Amino acid sequence: MQLSSGLSPRRSKLWYRAWAAVFVLMLAGSVYLLYYATKQVDYVWRWYRIPQYFWYVEQVETRSMLDGDIAAVEQGATGTVITVTGLDGEVERYTVPGGGELRVSQGDMVSSGDVLGFHEVQHVGIMVEAAWLTLKVSFLSIVIGIGLGVLTGLARLSHNPALRWTAITYIELIRGSPLLVQIYIWYFVFGTLINQLLGKYGLPQPSALWYGVASMAMFTGAYVAEIVRAGIQSVHRGQVEAARSLGMTSFECLRHVVLPQAIRRILPPLAGQFISLVKDSSLLGIIALRELTKATRELITSNLQPFEMWFVCAMLYLVMTFALSMLLQWFERKWLTS
Amino acid sequence: MMKESTPMIRVEAISKFFHLPHRVVALDKVSAEIVAGEVVVVIGPSGSGKSTFLRCLNRLEYADEGHIWIDGVDILSPKTNINAMRAETGMVFQSFNLFPHKTVLENITLAQQVVKKRPKAEAEHKAMALLERVGIPDKAQAYPDRLSGGQQQRVAIARSLAMDPKVLLFDEPTSALDPEMVGEVLDVMQNLARDGMTMVVVTHEMGFAREVAHRVLFMDQGRILEEGTPMHFFTDPQHERTKLFLSQIL
Repeated sequence: MQLSSGLSPRRSKLWYRAWAAVFVLMLAGSVYLLYYATKQVDYVWRWYRIPQYFWYVEQVETRSMLDGDIAAVEQGATGTVITVTGLDGEVERYTVPGGGELRVSQGDMVSSGDVLGFHEVQHVGIMVEAAWLTLKVSFLSIVIGIGLGVLTGLARLSHNPALRWTAITYIELIRGSPLLVQIYIWYFVFGTLINQLLGKYGLPQPSALWYGVASMAMFTGAYVAEIVRAGIQSVHRGQVEAARSLGMTSFECLRHVVLPQAIRRILPPLAGQFISLVKDSSLLGIIALRELTKATRELITSNLQPFEMWFVCAMLYLVMTFALSMLLQWFERKWLTS
Repeated sequence: MMKESTPMIRVEAISKFFHLPHRVVALDKVSAEIVAGEVVVVIGPSGSGKSTFLRCLNRLEYADEGHIWIDGVDILSPKTNINAMRAETGMVFQSFNLFPHKTVLENITLAQQVVKKRPKAEAEHKAMALLERVGIPDKAQAYPDRLSGGQQQRVAIARSLAMDPKVLLFDEPTSALDPEMVGEVLDVMQNLARDGMTMVVVTHEMGFAREVAHRVLFMDQGRILEEGTPMHFFTDPQHERTKLFLSQIL
């Protein structure tokens, strides 16, 4: 409708609503079909098990190590301090942090291993930790990838053959092989070599995370370079000629005339590239980074609820990519109006 | 018009070759001298090399052979600061080439601030004076896409003038304009000529050539075939090719 409004015949409101209803019905139908199919294979949905992977409360017990009597129960600075006097006259102090619940009172007899009190500890769940790692890897890769991509894109347009050919070689190598293979190469080939070398000189060795970031950043950089190149080339030649004819250097021309115009055309494809990157980070599980997909796989092996887990995993990716997309659209608007 | 003896522009046997991919001789040992305050109109059929000739004068095209001096400076020498030279050799394009992301005022102040390092207030003061001169001070805060073609071209002229050029080069400045806007641009150019600006104008506007030019160069196939006063050129052309050209366009 938006694409060829001038060509479309006039439509009635009824026509519009009827097709909207078709859409809603199709959506509902697909969900029902899925539900029906899982019923047929006796799959039991257990959504209530899912929240613990986001947030859970641990009950921590404080136990006595002595056989003896509770000599005193006092309020300390960090909680309740319980003093236990052993049968042999030794004295131990235990602290149940503030907000905890006591199971004993002064004068009680306790045996070794008895519970003196509980307190609750809030924990971030595995899925949130994994999502955080996914975000961290993606963010680092995007930042490094932008830098690499802009430099490579400019080098690709340079008249200097060394710069141009380096850029072309890099871009073609990266674009011509699967990301999965590149991750393997970074971790198992470069990672081994670099860590061996660093170890030989007694230097600290980067963790798997950094090899993951390196592979993703190099991968993204090549695509960003092509986006940057296309954006710069889309600025009309006359703009460069006008700027240069006024006496601007090529750098001044790039900074004041070409890049401000190119950036508006670069942003939309760049957004697409970054969204791909977030999703591609799911491959990093193969080098033992416990990002979202790897964490989901691990949890399924213990809780045997693959249907819920994979939907939750997909939903988390969707939240991240949608937020990123919104952020870049906001940038775009900001740039277009200023 | 007073004419000085030392030329503002001296062109000595420049040649330019394009490889597209077969070799094309765009300029074939062209020589010319243009003195300060002179208005020279270059005419000729399309592909005759007139635009290439003009673009060689501020090194938007680097001549493959020959020499060019602007106000005594050899602009083809690698030692010459070409950016400083270009600032003094303004150029007005057929397609205006205003910066679409900047307002009219910013279009005129940008190079003043970046190249000439003028303070913002001074650059804006100068820009407003120039907009006054080309007749559109009320458009200072507008973006170029809100302007008509004729207004855009007048802004482009003001943008060049802001650099205090010694020479202005015009590359078919009215060819992309609607017919009713040609006049306003030609008026501005005519006023510049009257004020003594050295101008080289590639154009198809024969009326302008006849009334404003001091000298007309006729180019064909990369050479200057004929040159002379407009009077001579339009009434008594010597060369057969010139006669043919004039008979086709007049």
